[in-house]
Amino acid sequence: MAGEILEMRGITKTFPGVKALENVNLKVKEGEIHALCGENGAGKSTLMKVLSGVYPHGSYEGDILFKGQTCEFKDIKQSESLGIVIIHQELALIPYLSIAENIFLGNEQKRNGIIDWNETIVRTRELLATVGLNENPNTLITSLGVGKQQLVEIAKALSKKVKLLILDEPTAALNEEDSENLLKLILQLKGQGISSIIISHKLNEIAKVADSITILRDGKTIETLDMRADEVTEDRIIKGMVGRDLTQRYPERVPQIGETIFEVKNWTVYHPQHDRKVIDNVHMHIRRGEIVGIAGLMGAGRTELAMSIFGRSYGRNISGQIVKDGREVQYRSISDAIDNGVAYVTEDRKQYGLILIDDIKRNISLANLNKISRRAVVNENEEVVVSETFRKKMNIKTPSVLQKTGNLSGGNQQKVVLSKWIFSEPDILILDEPTRGIDVGAKYEIYTIINQLAAEGKGVLVISSELPEILGLCDRVYIMSEGRITGEVNRKDATQEKLMRYMTKGKGE
Amino acid sequence: MDVLKSMFKSNVRQYGMIVALVAITVLFQIMTDGILLKPLNVTNIIQQYSFILVLAIGMVMVIITGHIDLSVGSVAAFVGAVAAVMMVDYGMPFYVVIVLSLIIGGLVGAWQGFWIAYMKIPSFIVTLAGMLIFRGLTMDVLDGQSIAPFPKLFQKMSNGFLPDFGDGKLHTLSIVLGIGLSILTILQEIRDRRTQQKYGFDVLPLPLFYAKLVAIAAVINLFTYVLAQYKGIPFILIILFVLVVVYSFVMKKTVMGRHTYALGGNEKAAMLSGVKTKRVTFWVFVNMGVLSALSGLIFAARLNAATPKAGVNFELDAIAASFIGGASASGGIGSVMGAIIGGLVMAVMNNGMSIMGIGIDRQQVIKGLVLMLAVAFDIYNKKKNAV
Repeated sequence: MAGEILEMRGITKTFPGVKALENVNLKVKEGEIHALCGENGAGKSTLMKVLSGVYPHGSYEGDILFKGQTCEFKDIKQSESLGIVIIHQELALIPYLSIAENIFLGNEQKRNGIIDWNETIVRTRELLATVGLNENPNTLITSLGVGKQQLVEIAKALSKKVKLLILDEPTAALNEEDSENLLKLILQLKGQGISSIIISHKLNEIAKVADSITILRDGKTIETLDMRADEVTEDRIIKGMVGRDLTQRYPERVPQIGETIFEVKNWTVYHPQHDRKVIDNVHMHIRRGEIVGIAGLMGAGRTELAMSIFGRSYGRNISGQIVKDGREVQYRSISDAIDNGVAYVTEDRKQYGLILIDDIKRNISLANLNKISRRAVVNENEEVVVSETFRKKMNIKTPSVLQKTGNLSGGNQQKVVLSKWIFSEPDILILDEPTRGIDVGAKYEIYTIINQLAAEGKGVLVISSELPEILGLCDRVYIMSEGRITGEVNRKDATQEKLMRYMTKGKGE
Repeated sequence: MDVLKSMFKSNVRQYGMIVALVAITVLFQIMTDGILLKPLNVTNIIQQYSFILVLAIGMVMVIITGHIDLSVGSVAAFVGAVAAVMMVDYGMPFYVVIVLSLIIGGLVGAWQGFWIAYMKIPSFIVTLAGMLIFRGLTMDVLDGQSIAPFPKLFQKMSNGFLPDFGDGKLHTLSIVLGIGLSILTILQEIRDRRTQQKYGFDVLPLPLFYAKLVAIAAVINLFTYVLAQYKGIPFILIILFVLVVVYSFVMKKTVMGRHTYALGGNEKAAMLSGVKTKRVTFWVFVNMGVLSALSGLIFAARLNAATPKAGVNFELDAIAASFIGGASASGGIGSVMGAIIGGLVMAVMNNGMSIMGIGIDRQQVIKGLVLMLAVAFDIYNKKKNAV
């Protein structure tokens, strides 16, 4: 075997308050395909951003050696000039430029400062032939499917004389056939001496193409496995990914579970733009007083499922039934869903949950203004009283409910969002990543609130990327992968390994 | 003292605007040797800028939703022209024409609101198109000519005054109205205070509360007294007063108003909280259309003619008034009262500079700079407070 093309030694990267990477080591051999695995938030993307210079030298500790040379990248341009090219999960192509223009964007083929279009087109044809894409170089990106766009990204990387190609979740948005083609292409590039690092959640794909695997967990390197030498099974990888203890504490709770109040049947949703099923024939039910979890990796369709239920706020061609309290219901709009007792706490507080320029009381009352209004006139005094009650009950740490929500900490912001939805008096609460970006103390408080809601006889659906959270909080867990429910586990049978197994289950398995 | 501080802090912008208006008024009062606040001139300012103030009310609502409307001047001209044809050429009674005109304005607003709210075409584009379309239609309707004169009663809307009783030296009805309004305001203030105390909220200390009541009464009565020295309260002031009260109430106290602010503050969050964002946007533009129509009628009545050039640059004055009055270009912030004060700042400056004989060229430069500085002050303030 040849020597190492890349070595990252003792990489530590801290963000204010968080250690994202701690003493991480990564070695990639010349001409191999190296997979990087780990849960959401394990530090994979951060590590790749350190490598490509998105986080410049000096903002992290540790050394990067590329072909034996120590590198100190200040920006992406420097890493690219050495042949390290990263292709991000969200493609970075410009939709209204042509394939050729995109490939040579920032690297224009020019003579005396004027773009040489003939040269550009000729070279684009060569590159497209290499990646096996049969398209006219003048075609606009927007008219290509995601799979073909991915190939253009790779052609673009090739145009930069790539030595080490980094692919972040390359097949997440692709269908099976396109994924298959892409993997073949990566193997073919390997034959031409190009090394790759693949970040992927799909263990079957990794098993197919990778030569070795490095597993990250909580910002630390756990182990590196040689796929060719050792007998590496998917279970073995999963064990490495989740082998974390349940260190976080969860409030005690004795579940009192009643009859089914909410049911979703045959639920299928299409992507708003592409002709692709995002949610595929999902069945689920929630009972009174029950906390139900939805586990799944990024892109599994959890948020999309929640939003499509919540008044069709996501997707199109939605089909299927919702049954609430034994009767079939139709939620045509979000206000319909709210009026019928459904609440959805969004994943992204700042963008979708709060009006940051407004104060706490206005945010809390927004979803149920009618309750404090008479003939459409808002009783502002009543509003202050209501918000004060929530401030005390939820322990929102702020001098006054007149404080703008933009000035609050993440935990307190989340408490405001929860107050808003509790004030809307729902029977069903869907909580999407309710503790994301919140410190441990505030997390405990949020869990307590969730438990209280269940104790009041509401049905609670919790979407979370943190498996310990799911296991610590939920009575029952649905697991999603690629838009489908791949498993359902009761609390007593649930282990992280089991959930991870279902989470990484691809189509056709 | 803490109560005062926090009350002041949360209303810095509002108080700042009032202080600025007073300062500018005093400045021009001195520079025009006292002409600015002469009863005749105060009446003039009200009548000359009423149609801009009407537009500013609608415009600030549009801006709060995060949009803009460039077509209001053309729409005002168009409605004025149609009204003129109906009244002068067809001899229809003026009250029927007023109602029809407001409906036409609403339809124009619905047309633009449809494209903006439901088809998601940027409001800048839709209303830029509207600006051209309705200017063109105005010329069509008028055949390039002015249409005049209007019936006397219609003109009264802009040029008339409340009738008087008494000896005729001082306009008694105006004085009486001033006193009546002061009493109503004071009663309302006392009631608000009682309710707030009942809820156990912080209220102004009693001496300060009395001082506030005295100040309110003084300002109202001084104003009506000045007007009474000339011909009394202009009819148009009553219309404006009603509009300001109604729209302030809607924006501050009703669910519709809350939804409008929420939509401008964060459209997605508002939508996910059940606000029917498209419907709200649509109605805000319908409303703007109706107010544009009203503005067009007032302008035509004041000029006693509908002309193809009516309403040119009205949109710019209305937009400037909203921004000077504290509205945010990114939406979610602004108030009807602010827009009115912003409009008055512009009106006093215009009028004062005209009295001083400053050329139109200089006036434009100064107005531009004031707009610039007002918004810069705003942004500076926000940065300072964003900790």
